[in-house]
Amino acid sequence: MTSAVSFKQVSRHFGSVRAVDAVDLEIAPGEFFAMLGPSGSGKTTCLRLIAGFGQPSSGSISIFGERAEGVPPYRRNVNTVFQDYALFPHLSVLDNVAYGLMVKGVGKAGRHRAAEEALSLVRLPGYGARRPGQLSGGQRQRVALARALVNQPKVLLLDEPLGALDLKLRENMQEELKSLQKALGITFVFVTHDQGEALSMADRVAVFNDGRIMQIGTPEDIYQRPKTRFVADFVGSSNVLPPDFVQRYSGQHRWASLRPESIRVARAASGEGVAARLVGTNYLGATTRLALDADGLQLHAIVPAGTPLPDDGEAVILTFNRESLHLMDEPA
Amino acid sequence: MRSDGSQSAPLSLKAAAACGLLFLHLPLLLIFVYAFTTEEKSFVWPPPGLTTQWFAVTWNRPDVWQALSLSVRVAAISTLIALILGTLCSAAVSRTKFFGRETVSLLVILPIALPGIITGIALRSAFSLADIPFSFRTIVLGHATFCVVVVYNNAVARFRRTSGSMIEASMDLGADGFQTFRHVVLPNIATALLAGGMLAFALSFDEVIVTTFTAGQQQTLPIWMLEELIRPRQRPVTNVVAMVVVLVTLLPILAAYYLTRDGDQIAGAGK
Repeated sequence: MTSAVSFKQVSRHFGSVRAVDAVDLEIAPGEFFAMLGPSGSGKTTCLRLIAGFGQPSSGSISIFGERAEGVPPYRRNVNTVFQDYALFPHLSVLDNVAYGLMVKGVGKAGRHRAAEEALSLVRLPGYGARRPGQLSGGQRQRVALARALVNQPKVLLLDEPLGALDLKLRENMQEELKSLQKALGITFVFVTHDQGEALSMADRVAVFNDGRIMQIGTPEDIYQRPKTRFVADFVGSSNVLPPDFVQRYSGQHRWASLRPESIRVARAASGEGVAARLVGTNYLGATTRLALDADGLQLHAIVPAGTPLPDDGEAVILTFNRESLHLMDEPA
Repeated sequence: MRSDGSQSAPLSLKAAAACGLLFLHLPLLLIFVYAFTTEEKSFVWPPPGLTTQWFAVTWNRPDVWQALSLSVRVAAISTLIALILGTLCSAAVSRTKFFGRETVSLLVILPIALPGIITGIALRSAFSLADIPFSFRTIVLGHATFCVVVVYNNAVARFRRTSGSMIEASMDLGADGFQTFRHVVLPNIATALLAGGMLAFALSFDEVIVTTFTAGQQQTLPIWMLEELIRPRQRPVTNVVAMVVVLVTLLPILAAYYLTRDGDQIAGAGK
């Protein structure tokens, strides 16, 4: 089966900066794919390369089997939901949504009907007569979504689409996007710096750093089995353990990651386990995050709220199951 | 405090403001009054009598019509040139990054910051050096130098306020460059261009200094008025023309003011 989007050794240089550096990527048709990484990691540049805003400096990109280099954005069957939505302020909501059909020469009645349908799809029926300026941030986001979907793209690109929304709205939109994608069967490629968003929505996640892909996998893979220190630290803030430490517990001289919720904390001055001191607690609602110092190694643990806690500065003993220690590929 | 704002200003301040405004506008009023005077050799206050005959006299003077028509043509063509060049230049400066961008921005604005007499002398020596005879075209070129600035300033301000990703969004939705310009760029900068164009027209219409240096035998309306002041016959004709000039320049400037004010709201609404 042909990939929806395929990157082969794609690089994009801006002067001496390698924004994207020899990236290989295969996105399957109908997949909800997330590109996750800190700002400046190259994820947005990759998205723009798929949209056609910019050409790869080297390597090749194909979209559903067709070579994409040199094809301008307006000849790609790909649509984008922009980070700032980029709605046209001089057009009504209906004309915004119908814009793509208008420039393709679809008649007024036809394109307005399609635009109405798209607005219903994003649960904004009857908003067509308004101006973008009269809508809230969440509504504008839905209009931007409808404006892209009305063109029935093969691939929908979303550039940090939920970044500007407040928490509650963001959670609602996450679910909605997910079910919309399931219902439409369109390939979604989604850029975000929020690991929670990527893990909860995507079928697969690519973790970017410094223009390279650190790891591609299912959210569970990425979260449970990070391959590098960067992935362990960036996705879900695992404890990264140095090889000397790991050797004592697993017998192997390798970097490892340990999820904070896998650590048990007991109030004791000595005993079986890692001796540490509690240096701080951070109440998070359902859980409490403990900052620990194990002889110079900074660790953190997450315990359910209500667990009796030692005092700050008190000596504790940390224990964890051998299996929860995840050895990484990263060379020691 | 809010109440301070609604309290009326002291009487002395009001009087001073009134004096200032009178000082600015009374001379204008005098010019209007002298357009109706019966005395044609010199301006006497109060006017010995009032008449509207000078309007008919003005209407029948071919030199007035020639000067007016030249001024209108010069202003129209300079404005057209300014609209095209100013828009292109502002688009380049605000949409792209290139070496020397700030310099270009400064150089474009320079003609209006420089005293007109410098621009005039510079253009005159350049034209003579290049052996270009002083004509209608040289006047238009001279005026276009400062008209471009006005259009550029208006357009660049609007471009800065419009979101850059709008153009990308349009292309993303399948519009090519021309469609994007027609359906997205132009509607968003139209009022700025109209305002800039009107200001440019008004500037060109009453320009004297640059015109003096770049004109040959042609007389634009302001030049004609200067000449007319020296001659002692049918003086009120000048005043009638002056009234027309005031109206012709004031109305576009007012319109430009209202257009950009509304434009701010439209352009800001999408943010």
